[in-house]
Amino acid sequence: MEPTNTEAPDYFHKVVDCQWACPAHTPVPEYIRLIAEGRYSDAYMINWKSNVFPGILGRTCDRPCEPACRRGRVEDQPVAICRLKRVAADNKDDIRGRLPRPARIKNGKRVVMVGCGPASLAVARDLAPFGYDITIIDQDPKPGGMIRSQIPRFRLPESIIDEEVGYITDLGMTLRQGERVDSLKALLDEGYDAVFVGSGAPRGRELSIPGRQEAAAHIHIGIDWLSSVSFGHTDKIGRRVIVLGGGNTAMDCCRTSRRLGGDDVKVIVRSGFEEMKASPWEKEDAMHEDIPILNYLVPKEFTHENGRLTGVTFEKVHAVYDAKGRRDLVPTGEPDQHFECDDVLVAVGQENAFPWIERDIGLEFDKWDMPVVNEITMGSTHPKVFFGGDSAFGPKNIIWAVAHAHQAAISIHKLLSGEDVDDRPPPGVTLASQKMGIHEWSYDNDISNDARRRVPLRDKAEALSNVKLEVELGFDVKLAFQEAQRCLNCDVQTVFSTPLCIECDACVDICPVDCITFTSDGEEAELRERLKVPARNLTQDLYVSTELPTGRVMVKDEDVCLHCGLCAERCPTGAWDMQKFLLSVTQVEDICASRKMAAE
Amino acid sequence: MTYITKPRLHHPLLAPNALGFTRRDYEGKVSTLCAGCGHDSISAAIIQAAYELDLPPHRLAKLSGIGCSSKTPDYFLGNSHGFNAVHGRMPSVLTGASLANRELIYLGVSGDGDSASIGLGQFAHSVRRGVNMTYIVENNGVYGLTKGQFSATSDPGSKSKRGVVNHDQAIDLVGLALQLGASFVARSFSGDKDQLTPLIKAAISHKGAAFIDVISPCVQFNNHVGSTKSFDYVREHNAALNRLDFIEPREEITVDYAPGEVEIVRQHDGSILKLRKLSAEYDPTDRISAMGHLQLHQARGEVVTGLLYVDPDAKDLHDHLGTVQKPLNQLGDAELIPGPAALAAINDSLR
Repeated sequence: MEPTNTEAPDYFHKVVDCQWACPAHTPVPEYIRLIAEGRYSDAYMINWKSNVFPGILGRTCDRPCEPACRRGRVEDQPVAICRLKRVAADNKDDIRGRLPRPARIKNGKRVVMVGCGPASLAVARDLAPFGYDITIIDQDPKPGGMIRSQIPRFRLPESIIDEEVGYITDLGMTLRQGERVDSLKALLDEGYDAVFVGSGAPRGRELSIPGRQEAAAHIHIGIDWLSSVSFGHTDKIGRRVIVLGGGNTAMDCCRTSRRLGGDDVKVIVRSGFEEMKASPWEKEDAMHEDIPILNYLVPKEFTHENGRLTGVTFEKVHAVYDAKGRRDLVPTGEPDQHFECDDVLVAVGQENAFPWIERDIGLEFDKWDMPVVNEITMGSTHPKVFFGGDSAFGPKNIIWAVAHAHQAAISIHKLLSGEDVDDRPPPGVTLASQKMGIHEWSYDNDISNDARRRVPLRDKAEALSNVKLEVELGFDVKLAFQEAQRCLNCDVQTVFSTPLCIECDACVDICPVDCITFTSDGEEAELRERLKVPARNLTQDLYVSTELPTGRVMVKDEDVCLHCGLCAERCPTGAWDMQKFLLSVTQVEDICASRKMAAE
Repeated sequence: MTYITKPRLHHPLLAPNALGFTRRDYEGKVSTLCAGCGHDSISAAIIQAAYELDLPPHRLAKLSGIGCSSKTPDYFLGNSHGFNAVHGRMPSVLTGASLANRELIYLGVSGDGDSASIGLGQFAHSVRRGVNMTYIVENNGVYGLTKGQFSATSDPGSKSKRGVVNHDQAIDLVGLALQLGASFVARSFSGDKDQLTPLIKAAISHKGAAFIDVISPCVQFNNHVGSTKSFDYVREHNAALNRLDFIEPREEITVDYAPGEVEIVRQHDGSILKLRKLSAEYDPTDRISAMGHLQLHQARGEVVTGLLYVDPDAKDLHDHLGTVQKPLNQLGDAELIPGPAALAAINDSLR
């Protein structure tokens, strides 16, 4: 194999699985160590810079980091990264003094955002401190978008939304709440220098089956119903509720129903339980609240009497896979099943809707009627218009919206500075030895054997009594410390130096997870099988050295390395060193700071 | 040494052996030897061998004397029996233990100081008597614990770390073992576990006195230019006689080499030693020619490694003495106090 080029930032970045998996590339181990040290404000600020909404995401994130977490590959469960983030937010001091200040001098450039959800707010945060004149137009009475309208209060208290949205709006911007944008053309005609579309995926998908019209009074579209609950327009639901759909919105719908008078609430899904789109923990939370999830039932008809909904009829199906592994839901032939209910919530998906964008203003749409958006710059085919969040590539989640936003902000900044939008700034990277003494490292390299901690919950009866009462109590400081200690510090990299190695095998012998092999070089596929333990996880790279004096190479399988540093401790010559790799995605702030330094 | 204990977590693909143990279950405490010590590699090879042999840890006793090498039994087979003897006296303790309980597997671990200096006599007699044991000398040619003086196995002409030249003759433990009648003699190198591990497996399976001299560089005091026990020197001068594949009795033998390249030796317990010859004319079952070959190549400055000699049908001390088949602590009153009739019979035979 080619010797590994550790100079390329991606190599070590990929080893930090959580950070690599995070769309915003939050340096997770860095802030987890700070939480373990009790430095909650510092941990919060690292998050705030990367993901903008630590308190909100610490409760609601889809956590792509957790399935990626290396801990999940060496024992049962990943580190509870998401809920640790919440700990930083819950225990921080007043951090307002550490936030950027509103720009004293405006730069004269006007940027408008459509929708005031996480994407627009994050773009506004990145741009506002540097003098941009920002206007946000939003249909709802308060800023926050789906964070405020769709996420139930028992998962995310309003005070957290007000706080973190407030940090951004305090930077100075014009909010035009309760206003809908009907024409992009008209908006452009108002003379803005750039437009950011962060309007989300605001339309709940319809379920057009017989009875839909007749029983309409008791059939609700999930996200609209959640929004109506959020803004206090709806405060009750029938006793028997059926939620159709298997995504996270369905989980929010059923749990909200339980708090608004539904005591017989079911979720019914077409697919199998395992294939449901909802995150496993959200399904768990629903079932904990005595909500059964019934699967392989396809809704066929809403039954009704005298214009009043009486229930839903389902066809029983089972999954059949063809030769290519594609699934087909095929009727089992059993009699249809009827479930009685008083209300139905339809949560079968969300769609984008751009009736307000004229198709003749130079903004191209693809065959699915979605705008053509550049995945790197977030630019559309109209030079002044950028997209981000769900409006860019369809429904995703908050953390993706934030990641889009940082890139869109850079694009807007470059565009309005007269620079090439396609010329993207590289990430900021540092790699520094953590050696403090012969056996001392600046991080705690002793590996905790503890299993994942569960987040304490409020008593169920109390939690179900009030839709605004937060269910999760969050980790206390002690639990947080124990959970933080489970982090393997994957950002502290094992760095190998060929000229120093005397091939004594000390690292091979001490490695608790058999990562390291000294062997003759070969093609990757064959080499993977020849290692001390075969490297069968192809998503994880091999670290291959240049040729050693015996003609062999050092091969390290990154897959299950515990980053315990024992290889470096047992190395007599310092050929192994533990070096912290810190990567921060470049933001507008960093571009402005480096330019200021260059000017001085 | 390190301040932390080795993490318990292991590779999810680590396979258990027939007893359900992974290799990690055969480990001991974390080594307190210097980083990079060759002895740690030998410990790792012992762990690997015990794991591959499916040894029940409680069936093995590890004995050692004094020295860096004699510390190592603490770092492997943490669930086996152990005895740390007085300096150089491990062979006597091992002999006594073996006589008392012949059912255990005995692993003697010693160093060049413990076996070639203070314990040379003990070493010689345990080998001479054919005690059923595996005797490993972790040979670094230096007194590491006392900061680098020459040991009895330092080669004449080799230099200490401070540049002093050694004028004394070296004791060649392998030559001694051959001469004293060891029935399994091998030499290996801590930096070559592919060679060492099968040798340890074969030695443990061997009935009789099995001796392995393992050259084990002292990274701290004997790994410099001018040393003949350094990683570089051994790698440059290594003249391997053969490559051993150890095949357990229950395994099927598949010979995939051309005739003449492989020699098959079947040991007493049914295990097979499959030797891939690297030196064409070498016959590992001929003690006299083994001694000659060793002398010849050593004189040329080569470090001869591999399985030097094996007598697959060797007898051990118990055979020579005609001892009782049971361990002494399992003998009951009936066997220990045969009664007046037996005494009378003995007395009669002496009249």
